[in-house]
Amino acid sequence: MSVLIDADGRRDDRFAPVETVEALSLADGPVLVPLTVIDAALADGRNAEIGLLVENHIGIQAIRPYLDRVALVAVAFPSFSDGRGLSIAMRLRRAGFTGTLRARGPVIADQFRDVLACGFDEVELPDELAARQPLEQWQEARDVVTLHYQQSYGHDTSILQRRLAAKARG
Amino acid sequence: MYRYDEFDAEFVRQRVAEFSEQVGRRLDGSLTEDEFKPLRLKNGLYLQLHAYMLRVAVPYGTLNGRQLRQLALIAERFDKGYAHFTTRQNLQFNWPKLKDVPEILGLLADVEMHCIQTSGNCIRNVTSDQFAGVAADEVEDPRITAELIRQWSSLHPEFSWLPRKFKVAVTGAEHDRAAIKVHDLGIRILRHPQTGEAGYEIVVGGGLGRTPMIGKVIREFLPKDELLAYLEAVMRVYNAEGRRDNKYKARVKILVHEIGTDEFRARVEAEYAELDGPTVNAPREELERIGAYFAPPAYEVLPERSERLEAARRTDAGLDLFVRQNGFPHRQPGYIVLTVSLKPIAGVPGDMSDAQMRTFADIAERYSFDELRVSHAQNLVLPHVRQDDVPEVYAALEKAGLATANAGLVTDIIACPGLDYCALATARSIPIAQEISKTFAAPERQQAIGPLQIKISGCINACGHHHVGHIGILGLEKSGKENYQITLGGDATENAALGERLGPGIDADQVPGAIEAIVDAYFNERHEGEEFIATVKRTGLEPFKRRFQAYVAGEAGVGEAA
Repeated sequence: MSVLIDADGRRDDRFAPVETVEALSLADGPVLVPLTVIDAALADGRNAEIGLLVENHIGIQAIRPYLDRVALVAVAFPSFSDGRGLSIAMRLRRAGFTGTLRARGPVIADQFRDVLACGFDEVELPDELAARQPLEQWQEARDVVTLHYQQSYGHDTSILQRRLAAKARG
Repeated sequence: MYRYDEFDAEFVRQRVAEFSEQVGRRLDGSLTEDEFKPLRLKNGLYLQLHAYMLRVAVPYGTLNGRQLRQLALIAERFDKGYAHFTTRQNLQFNWPKLKDVPEILGLLADVEMHCIQTSGNCIRNVTSDQFAGVAADEVEDPRITAELIRQWSSLHPEFSWLPRKFKVAVTGAEHDRAAIKVHDLGIRILRHPQTGEAGYEIVVGGGLGRTPMIGKVIREFLPKDELLAYLEAVMRVYNAEGRRDNKYKARVKILVHEIGTDEFRARVEAEYAELDGPTVNAPREELERIGAYFAPPAYEVLPERSERLEAARRTDAGLDLFVRQNGFPHRQPGYIVLTVSLKPIAGVPGDMSDAQMRTFADIAERYSFDELRVSHAQNLVLPHVRQDDVPEVYAALEKAGLATANAGLVTDIIACPGLDYCALATARSIPIAQEISKTFAAPERQQAIGPLQIKISGCINACGHHHVGHIGILGLEKSGKENYQITLGGDATENAALGERLGPGIDADQVPGAIEAIVDAYFNERHEGEEFIATVKRTGLEPFKRRFQAYVAGEAGVGEAA
């Protein structure tokens, strides 16, 4: 089992992971499927949302054809110290993906701020990690640093833009 | 020099608060040791052989007196009364206690300093030319660019979990004193050959360590406004494609080497073409804002040469030697740049006591517009001294034990901490440096040899930059005993070259004699007025190899250099 959190707190996970084409027919709600199953899931004429799960070494070209047909893309984080998923998120958002972006794996609370800034909406954590680092730690770790220099990440104003604004005010 | 505004100051405070929370969460078990380790490394905190080590960032090597005095206070209160300057213009405390670290970080923040990204698999502290802003051969002060990169790379949301560390160096001069070709990414400020506009040459994939490589140019001219977007493209390609299966093959130099420079360049350009540059790049106002901090200080209008200094030099041979050896021409008439060696004979390279730091802070405040520099050769620099004041400055330095006239000479040795401190080391470095220093202690002997850079690393990771030493010394462990490999012909400048081995490894007690044998060979081979490295490049290794191997084989008549 796993725990799903986003910027507002804990959420229910409506997507059921399905790993094979054969198992597709057993799930009737929204499913989360890997690249090996996505074509079958889309061809199935399902009346529910579909999520695509990708490994973090997959290039954007392999994902691009599905972006306007899935409600969610989940990027696997095999380890918290492997930052490839962050670059995938940036590239997916740049490619125009507006659905839900999920980081899936043992990400730690200290990365919550960066994961959100790179374009992820939510994090799906293993139970063990979620128990060790409860929700309050995620919110505290996110909020302890509010300032950032980089301009093209996240939604709030960068230090550079704040400086410009301060100068304009005189 | 750069001063924090309210945002910089608050940002560093927030990072201190974050790290303090992280320490707390490690202590209560919320973070495992494996999770905590990269978090503490990204804040410069290492677990060494005997204790924690805290590495403080000295961005592009520039400090003021107040900062140095605060570092002295920390050395006195939380260390054993000294600090150590490193080959990346940083400063290390070798004996802090974990419980004291948040307080130390607070003291650093009080003087606009921090430990952000002095370690870990992230973009490290940006280094630069120690003579930035004062050298005559400079297109532009590289510290403006370095400060922009410092800010942009700090707590970067996307590039804080890279395959491996990523080191950036910037130079604005024709003569490269920042070793940009042996960094993961090197930046050279240059003028466009047609338009005369200032821009950047970008070099990627240099590095030392166990697989030394010289960096390759991937962009010959990048307009200045485009820097951050271009860096984002380079970093994204590296973050996505750098190897993560083997930490020894994870640096960007391996990626560039494996796919080739042209392919790497093509991938960066493809990524760059998709980026929305204007949303990434700093507005021009920001570069101007930073640039204003690096405007030259209020120099006096003075004659080119100081008669007062000339007269004093004629009567004081020590002063004369010091100025000749440690002086560097300043672009402003009547001023001089002074290198202050942290390599006294038989001393520990790069070490400075709290008392010396305080004295030096006084000197910098009084005689150098309150500014000092750290060089990658582990020395300090007084960048703006009036030539008229040099006799007083020399006297004050001499009193503090800081007037060793050996800048660039055989006893001005770079050495990593080695087995005396470091958990990775396979051999001692500092005692080797001390023995060589004693062997060549006589000033006349050093003068006769002339410029000669010796660089010592205590393991294959090459923190002492041995690959690019004119003479490189690498300490290894062989059958339970320290063993030293000697290389020759390395060069960290714009003529970057990697040294080559002279023969089999030797014992620690043979090292000083081996250096003497190499110096002997130089005396035999050199042309009138030819410096050591020029002779090596002209003759090749052979004459040096013969002499070295004869020494090792125990033949008579060697080891009697100058």
